[in-house]
Amino acid sequence: MEALNTTDFVMDSENEQLAQFLTFYLDTELYAAPILDVQEIRSWEPVTRVPNTPDYLNGIVNIRGAIVPVVDLRLRLGVPTKEATSETVVIVMSMDLEGGLKQIGLVVDSVSDVISVSESEIQSTPDFGDMPNKEFICGMANVQDKAVMFLDNHRLLTIEDVEIASV
Amino acid sequence: MTTDMGQFHEIFYEESFELLEGMESALLELEGGSDDTDLIHTIFRAAHSIKGGAGTFGFTNVSEFTHTMETLLDEVREGTRPVSSDIINMLLESGDAVREMLEALRDGTEENQARVASLLDKLNIELGRAPGAVASAEDKSNAQVDNQEAPAGWKICIKPNPEFFQSGNDPLRIFRELSELGELETIVDTGELPDFSDFDPSQCYLSWELNLFGEISREQIDDILGWIDGDCELTIEAQGVSSSDTVQNTTSPVQTTEPETTVEKVATQASSEKAPAVAKKPAPVKKGSGSIRVDIGKIDSLINMVGELVITQSMLSLLGEDFDMSRIERLRDGLDQLERHTREMQESVMRIRMIPISSTFNRFPRLVHDISKQLDKKIELQMIGESTEVDKTVIELISDPLVHLVRNSLDHGIENPEDRIAAGKAETGTITLSACHQGGNIVIEIKDDGKGLDADKLRSKAIEKELISVDDNLAESQIYELIFKPGFSTAEAVTDVSGRGVGMDVVRRNIMSLGGIIKIESALNQGTTISIHLPLTLAILDGQIAKVGDEVYIVPLASIIETIQLKPNMINLVAGRGETFKLRDKFMPIIRLHDVFGIESCESKQLSEGLLVVVEAEGKQCGIFVDDLLGQQQVVIKSMETNYKRVQGVSGATILGDGSVALILDMSGIIRRWQSNNATLQLVDDKVAAL
Repeated sequence: MEALNTTDFVMDSENEQLAQFLTFYLDTELYAAPILDVQEIRSWEPVTRVPNTPDYLNGIVNIRGAIVPVVDLRLRLGVPTKEATSETVVIVMSMDLEGGLKQIGLVVDSVSDVISVSESEIQSTPDFGDMPNKEFICGMANVQDKAVMFLDNHRLLTIEDVEIASV
Repeated sequence: MTTDMGQFHEIFYEESFELLEGMESALLELEGGSDDTDLIHTIFRAAHSIKGGAGTFGFTNVSEFTHTMETLLDEVREGTRPVSSDIINMLLESGDAVREMLEALRDGTEENQARVASLLDKLNIELGRAPGAVASAEDKSNAQVDNQEAPAGWKICIKPNPEFFQSGNDPLRIFRELSELGELETIVDTGELPDFSDFDPSQCYLSWELNLFGEISREQIDDILGWIDGDCELTIEAQGVSSSDTVQNTTSPVQTTEPETTVEKVATQASSEKAPAVAKKPAPVKKGSGSIRVDIGKIDSLINMVGELVITQSMLSLLGEDFDMSRIERLRDGLDQLERHTREMQESVMRIRMIPISSTFNRFPRLVHDISKQLDKKIELQMIGESTEVDKTVIELISDPLVHLVRNSLDHGIENPEDRIAAGKAETGTITLSACHQGGNIVIEIKDDGKGLDADKLRSKAIEKELISVDDNLAESQIYELIFKPGFSTAEAVTDVSGRGVGMDVVRRNIMSLGGIIKIESALNQGTTISIHLPLTLAILDGQIAKVGDEVYIVPLASIIETIQLKPNMINLVAGRGETFKLRDKFMPIIRLHDVFGIESCESKQLSEGLLVVVEAEGKQCGIFVDDLLGQQQVVIKSMETNYKRVQGVSGATILGDGSVALILDMSGIIRRWQSNNATLQLVDDKVAAL
């Protein structure tokens, strides 16, 4: 569980490390991201395509004057993409990385809930072997009888795309 | 508290650098023969202010050094010491040393102690004292100065007037604040207390004697006690050596209470002993934090504009409360007004980023002074249009290339005095640095009256270096362009100043990256003029909106030469694939933006159906094929790198009127992308052919 940021966990009254996560659906799978990194949730709207970038980069949008890249999380995780519906949303995350505060939008099928999970409940990801993009999942937990996968959202931004970085 | 101190430090550094600059230009003016006492006063004041500030912050090495400078300057000011060029040079060097020390403090690095020590020795010799043995009166007073600025403690007597409380003074609060500065000992004198029957609770009968220990500056105490000054009898005395043990236990670099017998050699050792302690201080203020000094007039005009905008806004909202179609005219007027105000406001905000180019030009008198001395040449520098305003980013990026160009002119352009006289010119060469606005550009010119560029020599040199072939027939201007090629140097001997053949290509690259162009004009034996054209700002750009498929892109207007509609007879195919067109007898490649950007929804497959935008980038011309042109607009450039990364062929993004994002094209990137695309195609072809 070293991948999860321990500062996300706050002590509650029972002295247990609790952290809040926003959960959302991709297809039928439930994913979670640290709520402290979530800046806002926007309804999906058309983006401006950027040429010569990877498929998963949908494009860029204007969020109150800032140019923010929007990533199709389905494609990023290797799940086939799907047409936007009325439930499709963009989760705008704002993360403090080395280069300063960075914003990124993630397209997901729908948002679900905010859950509180203690650190001990989160298990490490089972070894899938050579599954593509498994580096973006940093843990799993059972919440209300559903498996929740924890997204390593920092890594979504920091992993360089070699094919475009080289040009 | 540390962050607060960091803020003050930064202001101190900024002010000191400014003072040093002022000092330098005054010194140079002094050397130019002007005998103005005002100049000496300016220099003296600069040294004095830096000393004071450094003392306040405990930068002892700086304050000691500037103190020695000040002593020398004092003698000059009093007229007991004549102004010689030796002294001026020494003071210039000292100014550099102070700057270095301050930079070292700011960046948390180590300064060049040997240099500081040797300079200090030099100054002391000049002052008629033996180096090293500086336990003279001078340094004692130096120590005393420091004592005044940060003594070991203070004795404060407060004897309030009876009406003390009526002005809202609260002694308790004062004591509490004082105790935050250091250890506080209070002795209260209740002798004045009257009998209970005469007691008036609104009057103050007490007086206090306070002993405050710790390194506290007078200013800090004055900040607190300044409020009650006038309502009481106040005496503040420094307590020196009595509490020396308290001070020596602290790790602070201010060793003010050192016994005076060991003050010997302080001057030489001060920097070596104290600098590391200072360097370790946890104040690594980020270099170049990007603050800007703005003329108050600009801010005022901006505030006016905001006021207008608020009025327009309230007018519109009033109109909106009960709107009917009869008021449509007024709505239109209001919207027009809003647009006008917004545009004006945008302009005045942009003006805030503009600073006079003198901030860059100011360093040249010194540079010319130093280099002409080094090269034994007589050179005069003229500067025109220093108040021309340019965007801060442009100024920051242009200063290094400018220094390079001026060095080149000094080294290669201007001849030795003997050669000049032989050529029938004045002994003193002239370099003119000028800046002016020309349309939306700023033009900076570096002009010298030196020997000029020798086209024949350049040509043979280029042939020797195999940059051109013997048969190449180049126009003179093309030959001059050769000096921008990497590895090209005309200097016969490599000197310290220039001539290594790196540089001019870097200069050109830097200027191009700013969206500017550089031109050379030269006449043999008459001189060379290098002119740089730069956009005024990097934040706003005149753009042409182009439509490609369903996408909308911004083409920088500056890179567009013209736009034409192709007729089928203008198009030629090269090797069956490469499309070129002929424009006024020149062949140019056609780049289909659809292909480069991989846009599928392509309306016009036929070249004659769309438009061809003829652009120039990095000296190459080519035609960019787009579906349609929509209009021209000023756009605000937003960086893609803030949240994403650089994309080839795209220099940034902007937000259009409807809130959507459009990409701003980078023509040279597109051309490079197109060339590499073609290269891979070629590779595939070769493989197919090989099978």
